[in-house]
Amino acid sequence: MILLLLILPAGAGIIAFFLASDRLRRSLLVLTASAHFALSLLTWFFQPAPSMAGWLAEDALGKLVETLTSVLFFAVSFYAVAYLREEQREAHSDFEEGFIFSNAREASFTGCLLLFLAAMTLVAVSQQLALLWVAVEATTLASAPLIYFHRHHRSLEATWKYLLICSVGIALALLGVFFLAVAATNPDGSTTSMVVRDLSQNARHLNVPWVKAAFILLLVGYGTKMGLAPFHTWLPDAHSEAPSVASALLSGALLNCAFLGILRTQEICVAGGLAPFTDQLLLIFGLLSMAVAAVFILGQTDYKRMLAYSSVEHMGILAVGVGLGGAAVFGSALHMINHSLTKAMLFLVAGNILAVYRTKSTEGVAGVLAVLPFSGALWLLGFFAITGSPPFGIFLSEFAILKGALDQGQTLVAIIYLSLVAIILAAMAGPALAMAQGNPREPITPPVRSIALRTAPAMLAVGVLLFGVYIPPALTRVLREAAHLLN
Amino acid sequence: MAQVINSTLVLLVLSGFTLLGSSRLAACIRAVAFQGMLLGLLAICLQGANVTMTGLLLAVTTAAVKSVLLPWLLLRAMREAEAVREVEPLISFNVSIIAGAAVLILSLWLGQRLQLPSQPPSSLLVPAALFTCLTGMIVIVSRRKALTQVMGYLALENGVYTFGAAVALRLPVLVELGILLDVFVGVFVMGIAIFHISREFDHIDTDKLVALTDHLS
Repeated sequence: MILLLLILPAGAGIIAFFLASDRLRRSLLVLTASAHFALSLLTWFFQPAPSMAGWLAEDALGKLVETLTSVLFFAVSFYAVAYLREEQREAHSDFEEGFIFSNAREASFTGCLLLFLAAMTLVAVSQQLALLWVAVEATTLASAPLIYFHRHHRSLEATWKYLLICSVGIALALLGVFFLAVAATNPDGSTTSMVVRDLSQNARHLNVPWVKAAFILLLVGYGTKMGLAPFHTWLPDAHSEAPSVASALLSGALLNCAFLGILRTQEICVAGGLAPFTDQLLLIFGLLSMAVAAVFILGQTDYKRMLAYSSVEHMGILAVGVGLGGAAVFGSALHMINHSLTKAMLFLVAGNILAVYRTKSTEGVAGVLAVLPFSGALWLLGFFAITGSPPFGIFLSEFAILKGALDQGQTLVAIIYLSLVAIILAAMAGPALAMAQGNPREPITPPVRSIALRTAPAMLAVGVLLFGVYIPPALTRVLREAAHLLN
Repeated sequence: MAQVINSTLVLLVLSGFTLLGSSRLAACIRAVAFQGMLLGLLAICLQGANVTMTGLLLAVTTAAVKSVLLPWLLLRAMREAEAVREVEPLISFNVSIIAGAAVLILSLWLGQRLQLPSQPPSSLLVPAALFTCLTGMIVIVSRRKALTQVMGYLALENGVYTFGAAVALRLPVLVELGILLDVFVGVFVMGIAIFHISREFDHIDTDKLVALTDHLS
């Protein structure tokens, strides 16, 4: 079953590169996404057996990330088909600078999308740390062409930064994996396998200085990919220049996968009794990310960049939650789900706004509710959800993390955390609400667009609304298990 | 055998200095290619008497990819980009070399501090690996050309690989191949990006890639 989850998108991705018919290729995209989604749901009823000597297995953490990726991809695939149909014409004029550019081949874009899904699935189910590394690097390579879909100098700049910064970061993570292998070497030369569970069981016998050094390298390496400050510099550029389909997947699915790389290491460190050391690092980088995000959201004039910095903030919150330990870890796991659904929805809606208003500037957009009632409503809903207002899921998970901090007497952390969340809420409220309300500068007649461009974000919105009021017992159980792995 | 290993490591360090001090792109590419060959030799020597067929094949494949295939890709990117064949660093070559010397001292010091659980075959192994990683980082941050930055990335990757060899890491073949494939595809994709950069901007200087910043009100 796990192998099928991997082979399905990988095979479809390779086929997509060579399919000449647009219609066939688009159906292939939606079909693969649906089959992958169905398989992921099945894993909730039948626990898949580990394969390849325990290298590939789905534990609670992996299941969360895998299912989340699959759900997002399912919704995004419908959006992508409608989007690609609109983008079919030969020449496009740039919104910002007015020059003419062309798009990348649709076949490569679809192929890379599917390979990206395969790579992310592999990240989620890898139990062997070196294999996990291979998978994370593969996600970078599969997603870089997605950012360079519109062939112009800004997207090229974003792609280059993404490729180089993430590759260098991930090279450091490989050094971290090697350091961990050194830590697992006994004086007599025998080694423990690099499978997470074996390492956790032997964690007490690992060489402590090497484990600590390995954790730092892995935190910096995967943290670069996850968008933790100060290594986040690629993130706003890539998210603002990529087509919204890709931005939604980068922010909603890819960042979680990178975080999973850190969590696997944390799992080993916690088992080895190194939690005080790792928790402190996670707290520092988490709070720093939230602070950097707050600074750049204040006065931000580009709404896609605003959403990107909001992702930096939420990645910081995830790190803080795990760093606090205890009940906050459960909050973090829940937060991952809520953030992914909400942020992916917001990026898809931002794509709809961009297509009609033809500008990414917050000041150039007004009256979305009047011009695009449905997208406008989703935008407002998304804004309230992402800033942590009740009754949405993010409110619950942010609150759980805050409660975790207070329960442990980490009052200072709680105060900084709460004030940063409040500052970001205030900073986003101005532009986000002004965009939704009022009347557009000049009258806009929205073009007739495919219904899929609205249903895809609406599907995600259902999740956002649902998890605010009801969490299915099966999900609670898996969240508990995930939190247990990290405590 | 220890002598061969030691001389290989000294050559690795020297190739790092070549990378830092050469003004011609082609010379830098050759330095990185030479490093790839040294890595293959090192991997075979470190296996010593208990060399296996798979180990041998892996070492040869790695050397072939890193010293032939990737440099060929880089040379092709250089020709297609019709780049000025000079490195154009942001800091002068003298400063680069001095930085290299400082990094060498740092690596030697770190190598003494980091005690491996089992005695490595050569005390130079860990310092040479760290030095190669750090030269790669220097090149990435101090060079203007996209192509040179890719070489820095390759040197960083070579350093990481040397470290893996130094601690006699027995990774499964599949994973070794996966890592190699990732590096190869990575450089391949970067090569394509360089081609597009040169077409878009008529040059491959990354200090012109400055359109994307935050415009805060």
